[in-house]
Amino acid sequence: MLAKRILPCLDVNAGRVVKGVNFVDLKDAGDPVELAKVYNDAGADELVFLDITATHEARDTIIDVVYRTAEQVFIPLTVGGGIQTLENVKNLLRAGADKISINSTAVKNPDFINHSSDRFGSQCIVVAIDARKRKNPHNQGWDVYIRGGRENTGKDAILWAQEVAKRGAGELLITSMDADGTQAGYDLELTHAIVEKVEIPVIASGGAGNTHHIYQALTEGKAEAALLASLLHYGHLTVEEIKNYLHKHQVTVRR
Amino acid sequence: MTIIAVIDYDMGNLHSACKGLEKAGAIPKITDSPREIANADGVVLPGVGSFDPAMQHLKERDLIEPIKQAVKSGKPFLGICLGLQILFEASEEGKEEGLGIIKGKVKRFQSEPNLTIPHMGWNTLDFTQNNQQLWKNLPLSPYLYFVHSYYVDPLNAEIISGQVTHGSQKVTAAIAQDNLMAVQFHPEKSSDYGLQILTNFVELASHYF
Repeated sequence: MLAKRILPCLDVNAGRVVKGVNFVDLKDAGDPVELAKVYNDAGADELVFLDITATHEARDTIIDVVYRTAEQVFIPLTVGGGIQTLENVKNLLRAGADKISINSTAVKNPDFINHSSDRFGSQCIVVAIDARKRKNPHNQGWDVYIRGGRENTGKDAILWAQEVAKRGAGELLITSMDADGTQAGYDLELTHAIVEKVEIPVIASGGAGNTHHIYQALTEGKAEAALLASLLHYGHLTVEEIKNYLHKHQVTVRR
Repeated sequence: MTIIAVIDYDMGNLHSACKGLEKAGAIPKITDSPREIANADGVVLPGVGSFDPAMQHLKERDLIEPIKQAVKSGKPFLGICLGLQILFEASEEGKEEGLGIIKGKVKRFQSEPNLTIPHMGWNTLDFTQNNQQLWKNLPLSPYLYFVHSYYVDPLNAEIISGQVTHGSQKVTAAIAQDNLMAVQFHPEKSSDYGLQILTNFVELASHYF
């Protein structure tokens, strides 16, 4: 039976790992290659690098980080942040990434999803969606945000999830902007609403504060995987503790 | 040292496969040269992406005959993921003819409630052949990393060396027939068990003369 996945996410800025709370107030938390090895040894199922600077100079840094990581770590690696061209995708895949994650680029140029999945296969195209709950009681749901949560696109998150799946995305990474950084739990309603509407796997992100939150995302939220950052990076929880808890509560995990 | 030709036909990430083979003690050579493929101790046919572009790229690079020759030569040959699927005659994913080295078709997972397609992530491999050299030193039902929407369905069930279950569907995850071995999962992305499989393959290649 397919195991539910635990994915440590390393936000990388110019070759160093950082994690911001609600996308600001960045703190340095270490070397990406070293952290990748640590997480591989700890039983992480995949790794995600989000290049949060994504300036021209930083592009080469992330390619180098990916290349060096793939030399030493033999689990799947997803890279996101600032990917705008098929050339970017190709370079990252060549350096050893297994999947690339696109967010703003997908919103601005939806055909890019079709083009990249036609060219490289849908299995390597992850579309990341940053969603925030609408305040309007007469029009409930979630809006899609881009530019690190600064810009509301006005798109409905569930409709957008369905569209990107149709266009060839192989996986969705759903981040609740409301929950992110709060450690009060995932937005289960959002995760579940999207899982119900697409066939591709959904990764839940944003809001984990304890093992039970992760359990909820994978059961009530029906996500295939949970993305984790600061909880792991700062040592509040280990991958092993999470998997032991999940196993104890009848969730299939790789141990 | 054991030299493994890793066939380059512009279908995905060869870096990880090569690093995995290096770790398994081999010298990997990324190549599209028929001579290098013929001279290697073993051959790996990797590949991610879709069926038709894969076959088109093989044709453009005149690799179809060299691959068939390598399989015929008796040297250990390992197909990975799409490199398993294109060994077959045809796929529901595309219109191109496959290599046809193995009789059978490539089919898509059937949709069912609560089933994700692609089948993406870690799943357990059930061994279906005894004494399969590739599975040496592995525990029973090891977790390996899969990512695919299509699976192979060989005509001759005896060549199935491993199966995987996704939802209610039990499908072929690996085949083996003499020197020809191929797997749907990614050994180069399957951590320690994946590296063990690559090590087993390299060991087979090291005995080939």
